[in-house]
Amino acid sequence: MKIGVLALQGDFDAHRRRIEELGAEVVLVKKPEQLDGIDGLVIPGGESSTFLKLLGEEGFAKLRDYVRVKPVFGTCAGAILLAAEVENPKQAGLGALDITIRRNAYGRQLDSSIREGHLGKDPIEMVFIRAPKIERIGEGVEVVATEGCDPVMVRKGKTLAATFHPELSDDPKVHQYFLDLVANGRHAR
Amino acid sequence: MSQNNGHNTTSLRLKTGLAEMLKGGVIMDVTNARQAEIAEKAGAVAVMALERVPAQIRAEGGVARMASPKIIREIMATVDIPVMAKCRIGHFAEAQILQELGVDYIDESEVLTPADEAHHVDKHAFTVPFVCGARNLGEALRRIAEGACMIRTKGEAGTGDVVHAVKHIRQIVQEMRILTVLGEEELYAKAKEHQAPYELIRMVARDGKLPVPNFSAGGIATPADAALVMQLGAEAVFVGSGIFMGKRTSCVHCEPKEDPKKDPHSYDENCAFAPPAEAERRARAIVKAATHFNDPKVLLEVSEDLVGAMKGLAISGLDEAQLLQTRGW
Repeated sequence: MKIGVLALQGDFDAHRRRIEELGAEVVLVKKPEQLDGIDGLVIPGGESSTFLKLLGEEGFAKLRDYVRVKPVFGTCAGAILLAAEVENPKQAGLGALDITIRRNAYGRQLDSSIREGHLGKDPIEMVFIRAPKIERIGEGVEVVATEGCDPVMVRKGKTLAATFHPELSDDPKVHQYFLDLVANGRHAR
Repeated sequence: MSQNNGHNTTSLRLKTGLAEMLKGGVIMDVTNARQAEIAEKAGAVAVMALERVPAQIRAEGGVARMASPKIIREIMATVDIPVMAKCRIGHFAEAQILQELGVDYIDESEVLTPADEAHHVDKHAFTVPFVCGARNLGEALRRIAEGACMIRTKGEAGTGDVVHAVKHIRQIVQEMRILTVLGEEELYAKAKEHQAPYELIRMVARDGKLPVPNFSAGGIATPADAALVMQLGAEAVFVGSGIFMGKRTSCVHCEPKEDPKKDPHSYDENCAFAPPAEAERRARAIVKAATHFNDPKVLLEVSEDLVGAMKGLAISGLDEAQLLQTRGW
Protein backbone atom coordinates (compact mmCIF):
# COMPACT_ATOMS: atom_id res chain seq x y z
CA MET A 1 0.00 0.00 0.00
CA LYS A 2 1.37 3.42 -0.98
CA ILE A 3 0.23 6.41 1.10
CA GLY A 4 0.99 9.98 0.12
CA VAL A 5 1.59 12.61 2.79
CA LEU A 6 1.14 16.19 1.63
CA ALA A 7 4.54 17.70 2.46
CA LEU A 8 4.20 21.36 1.52
CA GLN A 9 4.61 22.38 5.16
CA GLY A 10 3.66 21.17 8.64
CA ASP A 11 4.15 17.97 10.66
CA PHE A 12 4.23 15.66 7.64
CA ASP A 13 7.28 13.85 9.02
CA ALA A 14 5.37 12.72 12.13
CA HIS A 15 2.71 11.19 9.84
CA ARG A 16 5.38 9.58 7.67
CA ARG A 17 6.98 7.86 10.68
CA ARG A 18 3.67 6.55 11.99
CA ILE A 19 2.48 5.19 8.63
CA GLU A 20 5.83 3.51 7.98
CA GLU A 21 5.67 1.89 11.43
CA LEU A 22 2.32 0.45 10.41
CA GLY A 23 3.91 -1.11 7.37
CA ALA A 24 2.78 1.08 4.47
CA GLU A 25 5.05 2.82 1.98
CA VAL A 26 5.07 6.63 2.15
CA VAL A 27 5.47 9.19 -0.63
CA LEU A 28 6.02 12.81 0.43
CA VAL A 29 3.84 14.79 -1.97
CA LYS A 30 5.01 18.24 -3.04
CA LYS A 31 3.87 18.33 -6.67
CA PRO A 32 0.39 17.70 -8.14
CA GLU A 33 1.65 14.90 -10.42
CA GLN A 34 2.76 12.91 -7.35
CA LEU A 35 -0.92 12.34 -6.53
CA ASP A 36 -1.07 9.86 -9.38
CA GLY A 37 -0.19 6.38 -8.23
CA ILE A 38 -0.85 6.65 -4.49
CA ASP A 39 -3.63 4.70 -2.76
CA GLY A 40 -4.54 7.36 -0.23
CA LEU A 41 -3.43 10.77 1.01
CA VAL A 42 -2.80 12.30 4.42
CA ILE A 43 -3.03 16.09 4.79
CA PRO A 44 -1.04 16.93 7.95
CA GLY A 45 -1.22 19.64 10.55
CA GLY A 46 0.40 22.99 9.82
CA GLU A 47 -0.98 26.34 8.74
CA SER A 48 -3.99 25.93 6.45
CA SER A 49 -3.55 29.41 4.95
CA THR A 50 0.05 28.52 4.03
CA PHE A 51 -1.11 25.24 2.45
CA LEU A 52 -3.51 27.18 0.22
CA LYS A 53 -0.76 29.57 -0.91
CA LEU A 54 1.63 26.72 -1.69
CA LEU A 55 -0.97 24.65 -3.53
CA GLY A 56 -1.71 27.45 -5.94
CA GLU A 57 -4.64 27.23 -8.34
CA GLU A 58 -3.38 24.21 -10.20
CA GLY A 59 -2.53 22.21 -7.08
CA PHE A 60 -5.86 23.12 -5.45
CA ALA A 61 -7.85 22.00 -8.50
CA LYS A 62 -5.97 18.73 -8.78
CA LEU A 63 -6.34 18.05 -5.05
CA ARG A 64 -10.06 18.89 -5.18
CA ASP A 65 -10.53 16.22 -7.83
CA TYR A 66 -8.34 13.75 -5.94
CA VAL A 67 -10.18 13.99 -2.60
CA ARG A 68 -13.48 13.20 -4.31
CA VAL A 69 -12.37 9.79 -5.53
CA LYS A 70 -9.57 8.58 -3.25
CA PRO A 71 -9.24 7.94 0.52
CA VAL A 72 -8.00 11.04 2.35
CA PHE A 73 -7.24 11.77 6.00
CA GLY A 74 -6.76 15.34 7.22
CA THR A 75 -5.58 16.32 10.72
CA CYS A 76 -6.08 19.85 12.11
CA ALA A 77 -5.06 22.08 9.19
CA GLY A 78 -5.74 19.07 6.95
CA ALA A 79 -9.27 18.80 8.34
CA ILE A 80 -9.76 22.52 7.66
CA LEU A 81 -8.69 21.99 4.05
CA LEU A 82 -11.15 19.10 3.56
CA ALA A 83 -14.16 21.04 4.87
CA ALA A 84 -16.90 22.55 2.73
CA GLU A 85 -17.06 25.70 4.86
CA VAL A 86 -14.33 27.39 6.88
CA GLU A 87 -14.91 30.15 9.46
CA ASN A 88 -12.64 32.56 11.39
CA PRO A 89 -11.79 33.75 8.82
CA LYS A 90 -13.62 32.37 5.80
CA GLN A 91 -11.29 30.63 3.38
CA ALA A 92 -11.47 28.18 0.52
CA GLY A 93 -12.08 24.50 1.32
CA LEU A 94 -11.77 21.41 -0.86
CA GLY A 95 -15.35 20.47 0.04
CA ALA A 96 -14.67 16.76 0.49
CA LEU A 97 -16.70 16.72 3.72
CA ASP A 98 -19.94 18.61 4.24
CA ILE A 99 -18.91 20.21 7.52
CA THR A 100 -18.34 23.74 8.82
CA ILE A 101 -15.09 24.10 10.71
CA ARG A 102 -13.85 27.05 12.79
CA ARG A 103 -10.13 27.80 12.83
CA ASN A 104 -8.37 28.41 16.19
CA ALA A 105 -11.66 27.69 17.95
CA TYR A 106 -10.14 26.97 21.37
CA GLY A 107 -7.97 30.10 21.35
CA ARG A 108 -4.22 30.55 21.05
CA GLN A 109 -1.26 28.27 21.91
CA LEU A 110 -1.82 28.85 25.64
CA ASP A 111 -5.15 27.06 25.18
CA SER A 112 -3.61 24.05 23.44
CA SER A 113 -4.11 20.86 25.46
CA ILE A 114 -3.83 17.10 25.65
CA ARG A 115 -7.14 15.47 26.60
CA GLU A 116 -8.77 12.10 26.67
CA GLY A 117 -11.47 11.51 24.08
CA HIS A 118 -13.19 8.50 22.59
CA LEU A 119 -12.69 6.72 19.31
CA GLY A 120 -15.97 4.84 19.15
CA LYS A 121 -16.10 3.61 22.75
CA ASP A 122 -12.33 3.32 23.28
CA PRO A 123 -10.62 6.08 25.26
CA ILE A 124 -7.71 7.64 23.36
CA GLU A 125 -5.31 10.50 23.97
CA MET A 126 -5.92 13.59 21.83
CA VAL A 127 -3.40 16.37 21.23
CA PHE A 128 -5.05 19.68 20.34
CA ILE A 129 -2.74 22.45 19.09
CA ARG A 130 -4.38 25.74 18.16
CA ALA A 131 -7.09 23.37 17.05
CA PRO A 132 -10.24 24.00 15.00
CA LYS A 133 -13.76 22.88 15.96
CA ILE A 134 -16.33 21.17 13.80
CA GLU A 135 -19.39 23.40 14.13
CA ARG A 136 -21.82 21.83 11.67
CA ILE A 137 -22.09 18.30 10.36
CA GLY A 138 -23.90 17.75 7.09
CA GLU A 139 -26.04 14.84 6.06
CA GLY A 140 -24.29 11.50 5.74
CA VAL A 141 -21.26 12.61 7.74
CA GLU A 142 -20.61 10.21 10.62
CA VAL A 143 -18.99 11.18 13.94
CA VAL A 144 -16.18 8.68 14.60
CA ALA A 145 -14.54 10.24 17.66
CA THR A 146 -15.61 12.70 20.34
CA GLU A 147 -13.99 14.77 23.06
CA GLY A 148 -16.54 15.77 25.71
CA CYS A 149 -19.58 16.71 23.64
CA ASP A 150 -17.59 17.82 20.61
CA PRO A 151 -17.19 15.79 17.44
CA VAL A 152 -13.43 15.71 16.80
CA MET A 153 -13.17 13.09 14.06
CA VAL A 154 -15.71 12.64 11.29
CA ARG A 155 -15.98 10.48 8.22
CA LYS A 156 -17.94 10.21 5.06
CA GLY A 157 -17.11 7.26 2.86
CA LYS A 158 -13.37 7.30 2.35
CA THR A 159 -12.84 10.80 3.67
CA LEU A 160 -11.68 11.20 7.28
CA ALA A 161 -10.93 14.39 9.23
CA ALA A 162 -9.65 14.89 12.79
CA THR A 163 -9.26 18.21 14.61
CA PHE A 164 -6.55 16.69 16.86
CA HIS A 165 -3.10 15.25 16.07
CA PRO A 166 -2.97 11.44 16.35
CA GLU A 167 0.47 11.67 14.72
CA LEU A 168 1.77 13.31 17.92
CA SER A 169 0.50 10.52 20.21
CA ASP A 170 2.03 7.06 20.59
CA ASP A 171 -1.27 5.28 19.98
CA PRO A 172 -1.44 4.08 16.34
CA LYS A 173 -5.22 3.34 16.38
CA VAL A 174 -6.32 6.34 14.34
CA HIS A 175 -3.79 5.80 11.57
CA GLN A 176 -4.65 2.11 11.53
CA TYR A 177 -8.30 3.12 11.12
CA PHE A 178 -7.34 5.17 8.07
CA LEU A 179 -5.16 2.45 6.56
CA ASP A 180 -8.07 0.00 6.98
CA LEU A 181 -10.27 2.53 5.21
CA VAL A 182 -7.78 2.67 2.34
CA ALA A 183 -7.54 -1.12 2.19
CA ASN A 184 -11.34 -1.57 2.25
CA GLY A 185 -12.03 1.66 0.40
CA ARG A 186 -14.06 0.01 -2.28
CA HIS A 187 -16.58 -1.38 0.21
CA ALA A 188 -16.88 1.68 2.39
CA ARG A 189 -19.92 3.14 0.69
CA MET B 1 -6.80 28.29 30.13
CA SER B 2 -5.54 24.75 30.42
CA GLN B 3 -2.93 23.80 33.01
CA ASN B 4 0.03 22.90 30.87
CA ASN B 5 2.85 24.85 32.45
CA GLY B 6 5.82 23.53 34.32
CA HIS B 7 8.51 20.94 33.96
CA ASN B 8 6.41 18.04 32.66
CA THR B 9 6.03 15.95 29.56
CA THR B 10 2.53 17.14 28.67
CA SER B 11 3.75 20.68 28.63
CA LEU B 12 6.83 19.85 26.56
CA ARG B 13 4.78 17.90 24.03
CA LEU B 14 2.37 20.79 23.53
CA LYS B 15 5.23 23.25 23.19
CA THR B 16 7.22 21.22 20.66
CA GLY B 17 3.90 20.29 19.02
CA LEU B 18 3.40 23.83 17.76
CA ALA B 19 6.99 23.88 16.47
CA GLU B 20 6.18 20.66 14.56
CA MET B 21 3.35 22.51 12.81
CA LEU B 22 5.75 25.23 11.64
CA LYS B 23 8.19 22.84 9.95
CA GLY B 24 8.90 23.48 6.30
CA GLY B 25 7.62 27.03 6.73
CA VAL B 26 8.88 30.58 6.96
CA ILE B 27 8.53 32.75 10.08
CA MET B 28 8.77 36.43 9.20
CA ASP B 29 9.84 39.44 11.30
CA VAL B 30 7.22 42.19 11.28
CA THR B 31 7.09 45.54 13.07
CA ASN B 32 3.42 46.41 12.57
CA ALA B 33 0.02 45.02 11.63
CA ARG B 34 0.42 46.10 8.00
CA GLN B 35 3.59 44.04 7.57
CA ALA B 36 1.98 41.12 9.40
CA GLU B 37 -0.88 41.19 6.92
CA ILE B 38 1.56 41.08 4.00
CA ALA B 39 3.45 38.18 5.60
CA GLU B 40 0.27 36.15 6.17
CA LYS B 41 -0.94 36.87 2.64
CA ALA B 42 2.37 35.64 1.27
CA GLY B 43 2.11 32.32 3.15
CA ALA B 44 4.17 32.82 6.33
CA VAL B 45 3.49 30.09 8.95
CA ALA B 46 3.99 32.61 11.77
CA VAL B 47 5.14 36.16 12.35
CA MET B 48 7.68 37.49 14.85
CA ALA B 49 6.57 40.81 16.31
CA LEU B 50 9.34 43.25 17.13
CA GLU B 51 9.84 46.96 17.45
CA ARG B 52 12.55 47.26 14.83
CA VAL B 53 13.89 44.58 12.49
CA PRO B 54 17.49 43.57 13.22
CA ALA B 55 18.90 45.68 10.34
CA GLN B 56 17.31 48.79 11.91
CA ILE B 57 18.54 47.89 15.39
CA ARG B 58 22.01 47.52 13.94
CA ALA B 59 21.83 50.86 12.12
CA GLU B 60 20.18 52.90 14.87
CA GLY B 61 21.85 51.44 17.95
CA GLY B 62 20.47 52.05 21.44
CA VAL B 63 18.97 49.48 23.77
CA ALA B 64 16.72 47.03 21.94
CA ARG B 65 13.84 45.78 24.09
CA MET B 66 10.64 43.75 23.84
CA ALA B 67 8.17 45.31 21.39
CA SER B 68 5.34 47.43 22.70
CA PRO B 69 2.42 45.22 23.85
CA LYS B 70 0.10 47.57 21.98
CA ILE B 71 1.76 46.78 18.66
CA ILE B 72 1.92 43.05 19.43
CA ARG B 73 -1.78 43.08 20.31
CA GLU B 74 -2.59 44.82 17.02
CA ILE B 75 -0.61 42.20 15.14
CA MET B 76 -2.38 39.39 17.04
CA ALA B 77 -5.73 40.91 16.15
CA THR B 78 -4.79 41.24 12.48
CA VAL B 79 -3.51 37.77 11.55
CA ASP B 80 -4.77 34.24 12.18
CA ILE B 81 -1.35 32.54 12.06
CA PRO B 82 0.73 32.17 15.27
CA VAL B 83 2.34 35.35 16.59
CA MET B 84 5.76 35.18 18.26
CA ALA B 85 7.55 37.97 20.09
CA LYS B 86 11.09 38.51 21.35
CA CYS B 87 12.23 39.09 24.91
CA ARG B 88 15.74 40.02 26.02
CA ILE B 89 18.07 37.23 27.16
CA GLY B 90 17.39 36.57 30.85
CA HIS B 91 14.54 39.09 31.03
CA PHE B 92 11.89 36.87 32.59
CA ALA B 93 9.66 39.84 33.40
CA GLU B 94 9.38 40.71 29.70
CA ALA B 95 8.59 37.03 29.11
CA GLN B 96 5.88 37.14 31.79
CA ILE B 97 4.31 40.14 30.08
CA LEU B 98 4.41 38.40 26.69
CA GLN B 99 2.81 35.27 28.15
CA GLU B 100 0.10 37.37 29.79
CA LEU B 101 -0.50 39.02 26.42
CA GLY B 102 -1.06 35.55 24.96
CA VAL B 103 1.62 35.34 22.26
CA ASP B 104 2.08 31.85 20.81
CA TYR B 105 5.88 31.62 21.11
CA ILE B 106 8.61 33.69 22.78
CA ASP B 107 12.05 34.11 21.21
CA GLU B 108 14.62 34.75 23.94
CA SER B 109 16.78 36.58 21.47
CA GLU B 110 20.32 37.84 21.14
CA VAL B 111 18.98 40.43 18.67
CA LEU B 112 17.73 42.42 21.67
CA THR B 113 20.13 43.83 24.26
CA PRO B 114 20.73 41.13 26.92
CA ALA B 115 19.30 41.76 30.39
CA ASP B 116 21.38 39.17 32.26
CA GLU B 117 25.02 38.38 31.65
CA ALA B 118 24.96 34.96 33.29
CA HIS B 119 21.47 33.49 33.19
CA HIS B 120 18.88 32.77 30.57
CA VAL B 121 15.16 32.65 31.38
CA ASP B 122 14.00 29.47 33.17
CA LYS B 123 11.68 28.49 30.38
CA HIS B 124 10.18 25.52 32.24
CA ALA B 125 8.42 28.05 34.46
CA PHE B 126 6.27 29.21 31.52
CA THR B 127 3.25 27.77 29.72
CA VAL B 128 4.13 29.58 26.52
CA PRO B 129 6.83 27.81 24.46
CA PHE B 130 10.26 29.38 23.82
CA VAL B 131 12.67 29.36 20.89
CA CYS B 132 16.34 30.20 21.46
CA GLY B 133 19.35 30.78 19.23
CA ALA B 134 22.47 28.61 19.17
CA ARG B 135 25.81 28.56 17.39
CA ASN B 136 26.79 25.03 18.31
CA LEU B 137 25.43 21.85 19.84
CA GLY B 138 26.44 22.68 23.41
CA GLU B 139 24.64 26.00 23.31
CA ALA B 140 21.55 24.34 21.77
CA LEU B 141 21.45 21.67 24.50
CA ARG B 142 21.95 24.21 27.30
CA ARG B 143 18.91 26.10 25.99
CA ILE B 144 16.90 22.87 25.73
CA ALA B 145 17.87 21.99 29.31
CA GLU B 146 16.43 25.38 30.36
CA GLY B 147 13.18 24.50 28.57
CA ALA B 148 13.53 25.81 25.00
CA CYS B 149 11.23 23.84 22.67
CA MET B 150 12.69 25.00 19.40
CA ILE B 151 16.26 25.86 18.48
CA ARG B 152 17.30 28.18 15.68
CA THR B 153 20.77 29.00 14.48
CA LYS B 154 21.84 32.48 15.48
CA GLY B 155 23.57 33.39 12.25
CA GLU B 156 24.20 37.12 12.25
CA ALA B 157 20.86 38.91 12.32
CA GLY B 158 20.23 42.05 10.31
CA THR B 159 23.11 41.59 7.90
CA GLY B 160 21.49 39.76 4.99
CA ASP B 161 24.72 37.74 4.97
CA VAL B 162 23.96 34.03 5.30
CA VAL B 163 27.53 32.94 6.07
CA HIS B 164 27.10 32.49 9.82
CA ALA B 165 23.69 30.80 9.60
CA VAL B 166 25.51 28.28 7.39
CA LYS B 167 28.43 28.05 9.81
CA HIS B 168 26.11 27.41 12.76
CA ILE B 169 23.85 24.84 11.11
CA ARG B 170 26.89 22.98 9.78
CA GLN B 171 28.49 23.06 13.23
CA ILE B 172 25.38 21.71 14.98
CA VAL B 173 24.75 19.01 12.38
CA GLN B 174 28.40 17.91 12.39
CA GLU B 175 28.62 17.79 16.18
CA MET B 176 25.46 15.67 16.30
CA ARG B 177 26.82 13.31 13.66
CA ILE B 178 30.02 12.78 15.65
CA LEU B 179 28.03 11.79 18.76
CA THR B 180 26.22 9.03 16.85
CA VAL B 181 29.44 7.11 16.17
CA LEU B 182 30.95 7.37 19.65
CA GLY B 183 30.91 4.64 22.30
CA GLU B 184 28.74 5.00 25.40
CA GLU B 185 31.79 5.62 27.59
CA GLU B 186 32.95 8.48 25.36
CA LEU B 187 29.75 10.47 25.84
CA TYR B 188 30.64 11.62 29.37
CA ALA B 189 33.68 13.49 28.12
CA LYS B 190 31.61 14.93 25.27
CA ALA B 191 29.07 16.25 27.76
CA LYS B 192 31.91 18.04 29.51
CA GLU B 193 33.34 19.35 26.25
CA HIS B 194 29.98 20.68 25.05
CA GLN B 195 29.12 21.97 28.54
CA ALA B 196 25.74 20.31 28.18
CA PRO B 197 23.75 17.83 30.31
CA TYR B 198 24.84 14.22 29.80
CA GLU B 199 21.22 13.01 29.36
CA LEU B 200 20.71 15.33 26.41
CA ILE B 201 24.08 14.36 24.86
CA ARG B 202 23.02 10.72 25.14
CA MET B 203 19.65 11.45 23.54
CA VAL B 204 21.34 13.14 20.55
CA ALA B 205 23.85 10.27 20.27
CA ARG B 206 20.92 7.83 20.08
CA ASP B 207 18.64 9.79 17.71
CA GLY B 208 21.18 11.73 15.62
CA LYS B 209 19.05 14.85 16.00
CA LEU B 210 17.96 17.42 18.55
CA PRO B 211 15.02 16.44 20.78
CA VAL B 212 13.22 19.61 19.55
CA PRO B 213 12.77 21.09 16.06
CA ASN B 214 15.88 22.70 14.61
CA PHE B 215 15.28 25.84 12.54
CA SER B 216 17.59 28.39 10.96
CA ALA B 217 17.84 32.17 11.31
CA GLY B 218 20.26 35.05 10.97
CA GLY B 219 21.04 36.63 7.63
CA ILE B 220 18.69 34.64 5.40
CA ALA B 221 17.66 37.15 2.71
CA THR B 222 16.83 35.32 -0.54
CA PRO B 223 15.01 32.15 -1.68
CA ALA B 224 18.41 30.62 -2.44
CA ASP B 225 19.57 31.34 1.14
CA ALA B 226 16.48 29.59 2.52
CA ALA B 227 17.07 26.58 0.25
CA LEU B 228 20.73 26.46 1.30
CA VAL B 229 20.09 26.20 5.04
CA MET B 230 17.20 23.76 4.51
CA GLN B 231 19.44 21.50 2.44
CA LEU B 232 22.01 21.68 5.23
CA GLY B 233 19.44 20.31 7.68
CA ALA B 234 17.31 23.20 8.95
CA GLU B 235 13.64 22.24 9.33
CA ALA B 236 12.21 25.75 8.78
CA VAL B 237 13.54 29.30 8.42
CA PHE B 238 13.17 32.65 10.11
CA VAL B 239 13.52 35.63 7.80
CA GLY B 240 14.11 38.94 9.51
CA SER B 241 15.20 42.01 7.66
CA GLY B 242 15.32 40.30 4.26
CA ILE B 243 11.68 40.79 3.37
CA PHE B 244 10.80 44.33 4.34
CA MET B 245 14.15 46.13 4.11
CA GLY B 246 15.31 47.99 1.03
CA LYS B 247 18.56 49.57 -0.05
CA ARG B 248 19.01 51.76 3.05
CA THR B 249 19.11 50.88 6.73
CA SER B 250 17.62 54.07 8.17
CA CYS B 251 14.47 55.79 7.13
CA VAL B 252 13.27 59.39 7.14
CA HIS B 253 9.62 58.35 7.10
CA CYS B 254 9.73 56.32 10.29
CA GLU B 255 7.68 58.25 12.80
CA PRO B 256 5.18 57.15 15.41
CA LYS B 257 1.95 56.43 13.63
CA GLU B 258 -1.60 56.63 14.93
CA ASP B 259 -3.12 54.06 12.66
CA PRO B 260 -1.02 50.86 12.42
CA LYS B 261 -2.58 49.98 9.08
CA LYS B 262 -1.73 53.35 7.60
CA ASP B 263 1.49 53.36 5.71
CA PRO B 264 3.77 56.35 6.50
CA HIS B 265 6.28 55.41 3.84
CA SER B 266 6.67 56.79 0.35
CA TYR B 267 9.23 54.14 -0.62
CA ASP B 268 11.48 56.70 -2.31
CA GLU B 269 15.28 56.78 -2.14
CA ASN B 270 15.16 58.03 1.48
CA CYS B 271 13.13 55.09 2.68
CA ALA B 272 14.67 52.04 4.32
CA PHE B 273 11.83 49.75 3.32
CA ALA B 274 11.01 47.82 0.21
CA PRO B 275 7.66 48.78 -1.38
CA PRO B 276 4.88 46.45 -0.10
CA ALA B 277 4.39 44.80 -3.48
CA GLU B 278 8.08 43.96 -3.65
CA ALA B 279 8.15 42.77 -0.01
CA GLU B 280 5.22 40.48 -0.74
CA ARG B 281 6.93 39.10 -3.84
CA ARG B 282 10.07 38.35 -1.82
CA ALA B 283 8.01 36.77 0.96
CA ARG B 284 6.13 34.54 -1.48
CA ALA B 285 9.35 33.50 -3.18
CA ILE B 286 11.02 32.51 0.11
CA VAL B 287 7.91 30.58 1.21
CA LYS B 288 8.03 28.55 -2.01
CA ALA B 289 11.78 28.05 -1.70
CA ALA B 290 11.40 26.63 1.84
CA THR B 291 8.95 24.00 0.58
CA HIS B 292 10.77 23.11 -2.63
CA PHE B 293 14.26 23.57 -1.14
CA ASN B 294 15.71 20.66 -3.07
CA ASP B 295 14.10 21.40 -6.42
CA PRO B 296 16.39 23.74 -8.43
CA LYS B 297 13.73 24.19 -11.10
CA VAL B 298 11.31 25.79 -8.64
CA LEU B 299 14.15 27.74 -7.01
CA LEU B 300 15.08 29.26 -10.37
CA GLU B 301 11.46 30.09 -11.08
CA VAL B 302 10.94 31.94 -7.78
CA SER B 303 14.33 33.68 -7.94
CA GLU B 304 13.53 35.04 -11.40
CA ASP B 305 10.49 36.91 -10.10
CA LEU B 306 12.61 39.07 -7.82
CA VAL B 307 14.05 42.46 -8.68
CA GLY B 308 16.38 42.92 -5.71
CA ALA B 309 17.23 42.08 -2.14
CA MET B 310 18.19 44.07 0.94
CA LYS B 311 21.54 45.79 0.61
CA GLY B 312 22.98 44.09 3.66
CA LEU B 313 26.31 44.11 5.44
CA ALA B 314 29.13 41.64 4.87
CA ILE B 315 29.88 40.00 8.23
CA SER B 316 33.60 39.83 7.44
CA GLY B 317 33.62 43.65 7.59
CA LEU B 318 32.12 43.81 11.09
CA ASP B 319 34.07 44.16 14.33
CA GLU B 320 33.71 41.51 17.00
CA ALA B 321 31.88 44.06 19.18
CA GLN B 322 29.23 44.55 16.49
CA LEU B 323 28.27 40.87 16.46
CA LEU B 324 24.92 39.92 18.03
CA GLN B 325 25.60 36.17 18.00
CA THR B 326 28.14 36.33 20.85
CA ARG B 327 25.33 37.35 23.23
CA GLY B 328 24.04 34.36 25.19
CA TRP B 329 25.95 31.98 27.43
